[in-house]
Parts: sequence; structure tokens; C-alpha cells
Amino acid sequence: MTDIETFRQETRAWLEANCPASMRTPMLESETVWGGRNATFKNPESKAWLEAMASKGWTAPKWPKAYGGGGLTGEEDRVLQDELRRINARPALLSFGIWMFGPVILEFGTEEQKQTYLPDMVHGRTWWCQGYSEPGAGSDLAGLQTRAVLDGADYVVDGQKVWTSYANHADWMLCLVRTEPNAPKHEGISVLLFDMKTPGVEVRPIKLISGASPFCETFLTNVRVPASQMLGPKNKGWDVAKRILQFERTNISASGFGSGAGLDLVEAAKESVGLENGKLANSDLRSRITKQRMYERAFHLTMRRGQEEAKAGAEVSHYASVLKIAAAKLNQDKTELLVEALGMEGLGWEGEGYRPEALKVTRDWLRAKANSIEGGTSEVNLNIVAKRVLGLRDHQ
Amino acid sequence: MAFSLNEDQTLLKDAADGFFADKAPVVSFRKLRDSKETLDPSLWGEIGAMGFSGALIGEQHGGSDMGLRAMGLVLEAQARTLGVSPLFQTGLMAASVLKLQGNAAQQGEYLPKIADGSLTFALALDEGAHHAPHKIDAKATKTSDGWSLSGKKRFVPDGAHAQILIVIAQTDAGLGAFLVAGDASGVTRHALSGVDSRDLADVTFEAVAVGDGAYLGDKPLDEATRDLILDHGRIGLCCEMMGLIGATFDMTHDYLKTRTQFGQLIGSFQSLQHRAAAMLVEIELTRSCVVAAIDAIERGKGVGEAVSLAKARAGDTLQLVTNETIQMHGGIGMTDAHDSGFYLKRARVLETAYGSSGFHRDRWAKLNAY
Repeated sequence: MTDIETFRQETRAWLEANCPASMRTPMLESETVWGGRNATFKNPESKAWLEAMASKGWTAPKWPKAYGGGGLTGEEDRVLQDELRRINARPALLSFGIWMFGPVILEFGTEEQKQTYLPDMVHGRTWWCQGYSEPGAGSDLAGLQTRAVLDGADYVVDGQKVWTSYANHADWMLCLVRTEPNAPKHEGISVLLFDMKTPGVEVRPIKLISGASPFCETFLTNVRVPASQMLGPKNKGWDVAKRILQFERTNISASGFGSGAGLDLVEAAKESVGLENGKLANSDLRSRITKQRMYERAFHLTMRRGQEEAKAGAEVSHYASVLKIAAAKLNQDKTELLVEALGMEGLGWEGEGYRPEALKVTRDWLRAKANSIEGGTSEVNLNIVAKRVLGLRDHQ
Repeated sequence: MAFSLNEDQTLLKDAADGFFADKAPVVSFRKLRDSKETLDPSLWGEIGAMGFSGALIGEQHGGSDMGLRAMGLVLEAQARTLGVSPLFQTGLMAASVLKLQGNAAQQGEYLPKIADGSLTFALALDEGAHHAPHKIDAKATKTSDGWSLSGKKRFVPDGAHAQILIVIAQTDAGLGAFLVAGDASGVTRHALSGVDSRDLADVTFEAVAVGDGAYLGDKPLDEATRDLILDHGRIGLCCEMMGLIGATFDMTHDYLKTRTQFGQLIGSFQSLQHRAAAMLVEIELTRSCVVAAIDAIERGKGVGEAVSLAKARAGDTLQLVTNETIQMHGGIGMTDAHDSGFYLKRARVLETAYGSSGFHRDRWAKLNAY
């Protein structure tokens, strides 16, 4: 047996022994696990599952073992993901730390920072948030105005962040700050890491059209952050920020905006609209569903192609924006089609008379409108493709 | 899945790109079109000499045995420059028919002649304006010393020049595939003048007598084999479409970087930047599907679904890119002197051949039981 086959057998056996039964059922919104200091586990098996996966480092399979990761090769990681899919395992942990911040700490952090932050991410002991957008700096992120001024051994941070995902739950923030107000805007930015309990940090959730409040306003007033908690060199934070955006876009794409769970579009349409002679009774809807499904398939194939080409050493940084644009479109199209396929049942808000999964369709549809805004709008990503890939320049 | 090219394939791609750029630049197509010719015999001779026509044929039959991926790379290169040759119908379709349906004697007789380019073929399948492999009325009747074929095939690609027609006809036992000489008694070929200026013909068969040896495989052409043969062809069309997409996108991209209006390069206008970037997104997604479809055929798994995905997406993407090519070029793109019109015309023919995007979406949905 080859090494990789042995790994597959061992992984399969380990998952059989360690993945609790309820963790092999479709994820319920109320049972997602984000970890953190105040983690709650509605289903106790979620906790056991997280602890088991974290003990193997498999919440961050490819990170070095020295920092709590799984130390797996790309090939082993694919086998692990295959095996998790095979048993319909729920993700043990959802984590911005693992998706976006850990990778840049690995790349830009000091040894001490790696030791301090990474193992807690792997075990789900810290929940991280991203201090990026500001009221005056959305698509023009580099125009951010939150200031950090050195005072003794600390930076003193003043400003306001907005659209900070789950800041109300988060334990730590990775925050972009301006440390050199007189430099060109991309050259005066630094990255600070700080505990959300630091005095002067205030968080207010923002209620969205979906009724949920995944995003917050974060007010920073005289927040003192030790200078040792700066990630990467002073005033070179834009390089770190861009890397995080690449990870963010790639991970947003990989997750399909998390709407994988829930009703299957074709099955929902078959049930709600019905079949005639083996075909969906609404031929126009059937055709549009097929276009969407083909787009989704093409998207997943392209994700795999990008991964394969990256492995072969090709320059693939443009895939992050290409895939982000495509992921937003496919999820928005899918959620629109689900609403249409369910008719009036797809337009419920709450309460009786609607199946819970139909209510989720409504909320997902509304939530998806942000997909072409968050993580860089589709327009910003089109700019990136036009400029960096196609070499089209601005007006001279 | 192997999305990336291996070393041999990269060498072949470079060789094929160089070959067609050198031997069949777009200006050669323009000359053929102007003289109303639909065949360039010297180019076909050189394609044979390069081993391209034998890419799918084993070495025991004189082929180069390079495989479907390689054939796809050559077809893509040929399409980029609008090269005109029997390569698709002969090197891909006829070779696939003979390999999948022919018996050993038929393979031994014909495959070497495909490999060396000495014989050309055309698949005479459809009988109407829409691809409909399940609607075949042409009849093949058993006679004492062979078969008698009657019927009418419409819009046969390469139908005017091909030396051998592969005729799909109904027998008492189901569909059959027959080899018929293009100049056989009872065969009438009417060359058509299609928008893409390629060899295209209506072909009528009136009691055409062929021997028993003309009946491919001595057995009916079952549905699975028929579909697999056609799926080989559809993949070839997808590769040609990728060639057209590449050529027209590059042409447009260059134009955006050189054409000036309002004192600015037009590529500095955001409305055009975004549309160019959006095209690139579609192209990247489509290329993945085409490679995955070749992979599916090579593995023999999930072929119909993978091929219909590729053909539908390639058709839609090609339509987008050729239309944007005209629009972004403005008035010059509307002139016959510019090449973009050639690509637009060829594009729609390829989109329609062996099933439009709509045909393949319908097939894909059926394969997914809705």
C-alpha cells in the first residue's frame, strides 16, 4: 500500500472512531462552532468533535506541528477533506483565525507571535476578527484613518472600524492602522493585534436586511497596544493586508459563502414545481437552474485547477479575485433561484406555516446580497483583474 | 485530475501554435474565402507530415498515438488562426468512429490512411438544421451482396470534399454506420455556402450499393457508442472554440491597450476594463470544464455530463467574447477587412455543431434526472 493509501485508511478509521454521530448530520445554523473564550456548545458532541480534531491539529491541517497544526502535505490534506466529506462530517471549527490570520502570522510573524497566537487558533480558544473597513474607507481601503501613535512601549489607537464580522463575539482583532499620516496612503499603514478586552474597545452590532447582525461597528478610543503586537514591519502593513485579502477571497470562494448547507436547488425545484415527463414543469426555470449549476461546477473545477497549478509552482495569485467574483455570482444566482423555485414559501420571514429550511432560504437570499460587497466588491475585484492580470492602466 | 500540461504536451502545443501561425495564418483563410475555396490541400499534406492527423491512432497503424489531449491542443492551435483542413472530421471523428465501432480489418485498412493523411472522411449524421442524433431516417437495407443506402443528410461538415462519407442509417437491427465513397454511384453532393466559408454540403443517397465490408463493426451502432463518438467530436469542437476564444480575446486585449480616444487608451476606461475582466473570469471557468471533459473521456467516467458542461459553457463564452470583440473594436470590427468578423462567423457554426448550448443544458439536466 502506498503511503497515501495508508494515510487514507488510518484517517478513515480515526474518523469512524472520533466523529460523533450527530456531527455527521447536516449543520444546523444554531450549532455552528466558532470557538473563542466564551464558546458555547449547544450540542455537547460539537465540543468533543472540536477537541478531537484539534488534538490532531486537523482544524488547521497544513500548519506546522510546532504551532499546533496537523503538518499535513497538500495531498494528505485532500485525502482528509475527502474522508470528511465521505461521512458528511460537519466542520469542527469555523475560524477567521485559521482561514486568514494564521497564514499571515506564519508568513510575517515573529517566532514569539507564532507561539502565542497559533495554537489558540487551532484549538478554537480564540475568536479573531478583522479590523479593516472604516466609515470613510470601504472599497478604498487604503484610505483608512484609524491612527496609531507610539507612546513609550505602546501604540495608542484611535478611530472607528465598520463591517467588522462578529466583533461582538471576537477575542482578538487584527487591525489596520495608520502609523505614518504624511506618507502616500499605501505606505503609512501597519498591522496591530490586540485583545478585544483592551480598555477603549467598544462594539455595536449592525442589523442587516436578513435580520441577522453578523457585522459590527467597532469604536477604538485611546486603545493601548504593546508595540510587540505589531505584525510585520511598521508602515509595511499594506503587504500584510493584501495577503490577508487574498486568503479572505480564496476562503470566501472555497466556502461558497457557507450556503452549501440547506436545500438542494434541483431537489427543491422538483418538489415545489414538479416534474412533467421527467423534466421540471417550468422549462424556463429548468434552463436557468442548469446554467447556474453548470456555473457552479465550472467554478469548483477552476478552484481545483488553481490549486493544482499552484502546487506545480505556477503564478496563480489572480485566481483569488477571479474566483471571488465568480463565487459571489454563483451564490447570488443560486439563492435567487431557490427563492423562485419555492414560490411564496421561499418568501417567509419567520414563524409557523413555513418549513425551517424554507425560512433559511429567505435569510440566505438576503444575506447573499453582501457577497459581491464583502471581501472586496466585485467591482474592486474586476479592477484588480483588469490591472494586475490584463495590465490595463488608469487614465494617464 | 491533470489540469496542467506535461512536458510532451507543452512541446506539442508550442509546435502546433508555431506550425499554424506559420503555415496557415489568418491571411491564408482570407485568400481561400476570397477565391471561394474550402480546401487547402498543401496544408493538409503538411498536417499529415507533422503526425497531427494520426494523434489518436496507435503506432501499429502508423499513428503518433499522442492522445485526445494532444489532438485538442492541435485543433485549438488550428482554430486560433482559422486554419482550414479536414483534421477535425478525419483525424478526430473518423478515427474515433473506426476505433470505437470498426472491426480489426476496417481499422487495419483505414486508420493508416488517416494517420498519413491520404484519405479524408466526413461523418454524415444529421438530417435537419438541428443536431438530433436520435432522429435518423436514412435507411440501409441488406442486399444479397451488401447493403443499399437511401436518404438525405443535411449540413454535412466537409461533405463536399471528403473522399469517404461515414453514413449513419437505420437498419432492421437499429442504427448502423457505413463507409461510402464520396463519388459512389447514387451519391449526390450539393456544396453549401455557409457563413463561415467552410466545406459544408447536403448529401443525397439514392440506392447506393456498398459491400458488406462497408458496415462498420458488422453490428448495430448502439446508443452508448454513438454518444461516445459524438462526445469525442464535441470535445474537439470545444478545443476549437477555446482557440477562437483565445484569439479574439487576445485581439481585443491588444486593441484596448493600443486604441486611443478622448486622449486616453480605451483600456483605461473602467466600463471596458470591467467587461474585459468579466470575460477573463468566464474564460478561466470554461477552460477548466474543457480540460475536465477530456479527462473524463480518458478515464471513461461521467463522460456525457462533463462533455455537455464543456460544450454549453464553451458555446456561451465564445458567444460573449466574439460579440464583445466586435463591440470593443467599434466600427473597424464591422468591416470585412478586419478579422473579427471571420471569428464571429466561425464561432456560431461551432456553437451550433453537434448540439448548441441549449441542447447540452437539456442533456445535462436529463442526466441529472430533472
